[in-house]
Amino acid sequence: MIQLRAVEKVYRTDRIETIALSNVNLEIRSGEFVSIMGPSGCGKSTLLNLMGLLDVPSEGTVSLAGESVVSYSDRQLSRLRNRRLGFVFQTFHLIADLSVVDNVEIPLLYRRMSGSERRRLALAALERVGLSSRVHHFPAQLSGGQQQRVAIARAIVGEPDVLLADEPTGNLDSSMGDEVMAILHDLNSSAGTTIVMVTHDERLAGQTGRILRLFDGRQVN
Amino acid sequence: MLKNYLKTAIQVLRRRKFFTFISLFGVSLTLVVLMVATAVFDQILGPQLPEIHADRTLGVYSLEMRGAEIISDSDASYWFLDRYVRTLPDIEKVTIFSQAARSATYLDGEKFELYFKRTDGAFWQVYGFDFLEGGPFLAEDDANAEKVAVINETTRRQLYGGSKALGRMLEIDGQRLKIKGVVRDVSFLRQDPFSDVWAPISAARSDTHLRPAVLGSHTGVILARHRGDFPAIKRAFQARLAEVELPEGYDELSGEANTHFERFSRVMSSNQERTVASPWRLRFAIGLAMVLFMILPSLNLVNINVSRILERASEIGVRKAFGASSWTLVGQFVVENVLLTLIGGGIAFVLSGGVLSLLNGVELIPYATFQLNFRVFVYGLLLAVIFGLISGVYPAWKMSRLHPVTALRRRSL
Repeated sequence: MIQLRAVEKVYRTDRIETIALSNVNLEIRSGEFVSIMGPSGCGKSTLLNLMGLLDVPSEGTVSLAGESVVSYSDRQLSRLRNRRLGFVFQTFHLIADLSVVDNVEIPLLYRRMSGSERRRLALAALERVGLSSRVHHFPAQLSGGQQQRVAIARAIVGEPDVLLADEPTGNLDSSMGDEVMAILHDLNSSAGTTIVMVTHDERLAGQTGRILRLFDGRQVN
Repeated sequence: MLKNYLKTAIQVLRRRKFFTFISLFGVSLTLVVLMVATAVFDQILGPQLPEIHADRTLGVYSLEMRGAEIISDSDASYWFLDRYVRTLPDIEKVTIFSQAARSATYLDGEKFELYFKRTDGAFWQVYGFDFLEGGPFLAEDDANAEKVAVINETTRRQLYGGSKALGRMLEIDGQRLKIKGVVRDVSFLRQDPFSDVWAPISAARSDTHLRPAVLGSHTGVILARHRGDFPAIKRAFQARLAEVELPEGYDELSGEANTHFERFSRVMSSNQERTVASPWRLRFAIGLAMVLFMILPSLNLVNINVSRILERASEIGVRKAFGASSWTLVGQFVVENVLLTLIGGGIAFVLSGGVLSLLNGVELIPYATFQLNFRVFVYGLLLAVIFGLISGVYPAWKMSRLHPVTALRRRSL
């Protein structure tokens, strides 16, 4: 599903060159649940951003579903993100000004779809994460766990092939974290959604199918 | 999608009330000035009584005679208009009249200064006055040099305290005229039909207007059968100019039959171009002046919008992550800004109503009633949208260029 070949990511300023990733080669197969682990600053989030087409590598290629996206335009990348990828962030990144259901509808705004169909799909996604009773609430009125479940509903509403989760339980207590993990496992097993998750938590990583480890921007076997 | 954009826009406006107040204050103030200016232009140029056929009329307002050593320009003479314009082919009607001039009248020893205009009978058919009493004098009255007059309602009130004026005698311009009709006031800005008192040209004390002369002090207004006839009428008028026998020392006569707007344009243009109408240049100049007037407040709004980018960085990151392209985001932020300026436009519309009623109260211009009508509303709406676009595009473009990863690193939403 996702392939990275000889990927390097270097951040340059006038005076400093920081190598975030070096010679990364990996493949995420369809239907896998993979976790990425490593100490802070080792490049986990950078790797996830490259997989999510939010950033481009300094060297090497990133392919999604067999197609290299190196030369894709902003519009093409946007379309690909919209159709094939879903994101869950550690800090949820819900839009405070919009209600829960309006937040969940966001990915569908960028597809040709009627308002009623969009609403139907958003409500279904919220039902799937157990938040049907909170559709008209605003993010600030929800607990952290509920906000992350809204974020998951937003990530899955467009039925993406791949869900990229950057420390999805990082801001939650363990019981809420377990709730979120249960939803992710359910998505992986029942819908066959490919999931790549960045985590610091060995216990949660142990629940996934495969663990990729990074250290100083390099893969560790 | 638009609904979602609007929801976000309204929430953003509500969230930072001070910023919103500053933005709306600037937008509203700018649009008030422009809407008041639009209402003034509408009073001058918009279709309204008694110029009911304004879209079908062409006026001959001035002529210029040139010779090797002399140039003379002035209004046309009655003789010229009667002989060369009234006889133009394929037109519906021509009216000839003098421009309104101040004239004194006395009643019970009290002096009144009134605007007085001499017209022919066709005048009342070309213009659709609203008669409160009686009716107009007709072509027969003009032909028979009847000593009659039509007055406006303010004159009736001044002279007769509002009681019936029909059949009463009015002494003006050295004549005693019998009042045949009373009409509603006409704005001073509608110079062709405007006056306080109208009387037949033929009843004038002297017949100097009948003497052969090209230049004089009259205006001719041609009522065309269709607006599409204008080019042919203008050509025919030019052909007539070539037929005119000029006084000694002159060898060229120029002039134009102008529409209402062309006339306004000519008045606004420089002296050297008095007889050359340039309406497109004037339209452009007015449009440019309005845009320039909007530039400074636009820059202010641009500054406010740009400073709010960081506040919305995370939202931009989220929208990009979930499939919004840069151009989609430009569209969203422009829509939001246009919404802001439309709200400002709504406030400005209400405030403009207050400003105009103050202007009407001080009666700066005789009988001019500035008002907010549908046309002014549409122009105001257009101005608000243009303002929104001018001030919204750059911040929107700048916001849309934010890198998604950078945007997502920022926490605030």
